[in-house]
Amino acid sequence: MKSLAELAAIREKMRDKVAMRDNAAGTRIVVGMATCGISAGARPVLNTFVEEVNREGLFENVTVTQTGCIGICQYEPVVEVYTSDNEKVTYVKMTSEKAKRVVAEHIKGGNVITEYTIGSTKA
Amino acid sequence: MKELSLNILDIVMNSVKAGAKIIAIRITEDNRTLAITIEDNGCGMTAEQLERLSDPFFTTRTTRQVGLGVPFFRLAAEQTGGGINITSVPISEDEVKHGTVVTALFYKDHIDYTPLGDIIATVITLIQGNADINFDFSHTINGYAINLSTAEMRSELGEDIPLNSFEVLEWIKEYLNEQYNGI
Repeated sequence: MKSLAELAAIREKMRDKVAMRDNAAGTRIVVGMATCGISAGARPVLNTFVEEVNREGLFENVTVTQTGCIGICQYEPVVEVYTSDNEKVTYVKMTSEKAKRVVAEHIKGGNVITEYTIGSTKA
Repeated sequence: MKELSLNILDIVMNSVKAGAKIIAIRITEDNRTLAITIEDNGCGMTAEQLERLSDPFFTTRTTRQVGLGVPFFRLAAEQTGGGINITSVPISEDEVKHGTVVTALFYKDHIDYTPLGDIIATVITLIQGNADINFDFSHTINGYAINLSTAEMRSELGEDIPLNSFEVLEWIKEYLNEQYNGI
């Protein structure tokens, strides 16, 4: 049985790791979570990003955050990736499967997946 | 919205934007009905804002001119024969007891009833995006209650570990899954 007491164990285990994460300034993955995004499927996209970033061991340099309506609702779910060199890539019509590829190829591998970007997608 | 849990996520986002520090999400269901209450201590709304809330062409956001969250939620409830009710106390009226309460009732045997769907994913998404807010989640099914309080979690976890650390989110997922499987 899971119990609240297990959280104390997580606290012990994570004490050193958290200090490292606080210093992290790297890539930011921003998922639009307004009504338009949520109804288009942003919830599983966000949760996939959180899981994949951790699975790939990237959590020290990569943060996943939520934002409101970006204003291009017809392209939702919309995900913006900001890298440490201040470049922004806007991925549109995202799915969990696409999110896995973005983490593996762009976030980890450094190659933008052009076919998912706003420039190569029709509304 | 394909699931009521997505409506809940969307409506709670309004509480987040209202600057709430405490948000309670309560779901109570029996064989025939499902009731949802979302209560926050955010900035609240004036009588005029409240009146226009179900008008899809009223919104406080600046990126576009429509606000569909509350109309969607209302439709989802009314199409089952139920409805929603919203009360609010704006911070301009009461500096201490401000906030908003949204309640909704759904009839589950109606053909247009939207299933609740993945409520665990909604809870995890909310905590992931808002680690500094106290969420008080409860879901009572035919008298059997499932609870998750981030304030209680915080007392075990201490102040240093963010609630949206991956390890903590995983724990929440497993904890809630186990509770639901126990019903």
